[in-house]
Amino acid sequence: MNSLGKYCLFIISLFRQREKFKVYISLIIDECILIGVDSVYVVAIVSTFIGAVSAIQTAYNLTSPLVPLSTVGNIVRDFTILENAPTFTCLVLAGKVGSSIAGGLGTMRITEQIDAIEVMGINSSSYLVLPKLVAAILVFPMLVTVSGFLSIAGGYAATVYSGVLTHYDFVTGLRDSFVVFNVFFALIKAVVFSFLITSISSYQGYYTQGGALEVGKSSTNAVTNSCIAILAADYIIAKLLL
Amino acid sequence: MIEVNQLNKTFRDKKILTNISVSFESGKTNLIIGASGTGKSVLLKCIVGLIKPETGKILYNNREFLSADNETLKTIRREMGMLFQGGALFDFKTVHENVMFPLHMLSDMSKTEKMDRVNFCLKRVGLEQASNLYPSQISGGMQKRVGIARAIVMNPRYLFCDEPNSGLDPLTAIKIDDLIQEITHEYNTTTIIVTHDMNSVVSIGENIAFVHQGEIVWKGNKDNILQTQSTPLQEFMFANKLIRDSIKK
Repeated sequence: MNSLGKYCLFIISLFRQREKFKVYISLIIDECILIGVDSVYVVAIVSTFIGAVSAIQTAYNLTSPLVPLSTVGNIVRDFTILENAPTFTCLVLAGKVGSSIAGGLGTMRITEQIDAIEVMGINSSSYLVLPKLVAAILVFPMLVTVSGFLSIAGGYAATVYSGVLTHYDFVTGLRDSFVVFNVFFALIKAVVFSFLITSISSYQGYYTQGGALEVGKSSTNAVTNSCIAILAADYIIAKLLL
Repeated sequence: MIEVNQLNKTFRDKKILTNISVSFESGKTNLIIGASGTGKSVLLKCIVGLIKPETGKILYNNREFLSADNETLKTIRREMGMLFQGGALFDFKTVHENVMFPLHMLSDMSKTEKMDRVNFCLKRVGLEQASNLYPSQISGGMQKRVGIARAIVMNPRYLFCDEPNSGLDPLTAIKIDDLIQEITHEYNTTTIIVTHDMNSVVSIGENIAFVHQGEIVWKGNKDNILQTQSTPLQEFMFANKLIRDSIKK
């Protein structure tokens, strides 16, 4: 409870006594590159392979002659849009981005760089964390979109090129009973998860105390807590919106 | 001038600072000395506002700091410059960008004026050739000098130095001390230095406060410190047997 209260106060502090808006613009662009562009590679690999595996395993389980093979494309599509692209991608990003944010801020804390900013009369939490938060909210939905496309492409490649399904079966499944809201649902999840990952990791890093060992612990806590928060939020959003 | 009145600080039921009252004069190098763990760094952090004490007052030229409104607090903070123990330079910025940082964030100067000011400060600390290097590419002494350049770039009224000599060889330590003293006299800043280096004490200690177990037990200057009758201060100063024996002789 104490930590939750401290976390809420930390979030409020990001928006109080901010610096001039122009200060944040270049920082947000830098963070977009760091959080977004640098994560494309890992997101692409994970999404493509999970899409491929999910397609093959679905096809493997659909043994009944009464179920058309196009169902594989249908399941891969819904699994990708509803769960794989937003949730799995964000879990991967919690590991990559979350640990990097917590480690970076933790190191800045123990080497007194954050104190140096505070002494100058600058709101250090706002200056350091707000650009990360805004950048993550901007780029996570883009990464999730990329992930969605690549996951479906992975599923297509794995099933069609290996002869499990025909091009026609897979594409028919993809197009069948498509619900546009599911895409918005995925993007809403991406925004919520991006906020959780960035804020939790920043909180862990910002309040690091001690030395190098504690920076490591902060990074671990950032990833663990972010993953738990993602899974809990995933359930709540699904319950509320579906 | 900075005045500290009846300052108290406790960490988890452990009293760190007890009724600290001391004034630091402008245009002088004011030293807070004491052994490790006696509370001198906590005192400095209370003075600059990084740690909030339970009770007490801190006056910056008669402006109350601890209960100040946001605007006054911002004004006072922008009159401060601080050199941290480890330099606290931003790893992701070059030397030039580090020194530019306060100007970039807090000043309304034009780009040319900012560049001139940064170049002047780097020249003042003798680092104009290192401006494009990153902190990891320069020595500890150079990092301290960059820290000084960053601290003075906004023309501070108050300069704070936390262990400016730690981790430096004696020759570089003397250079850093001299630089801080020169800047103090040149710009008439109120400079507070936390140190346990006896070389600093005897060379630049124009106003000294000795902290022992969270209390100030002695005040004076470099001219009368060696004649002190305070036992804790004597133990601190003459901890080195070689120095103790040579003083006795």
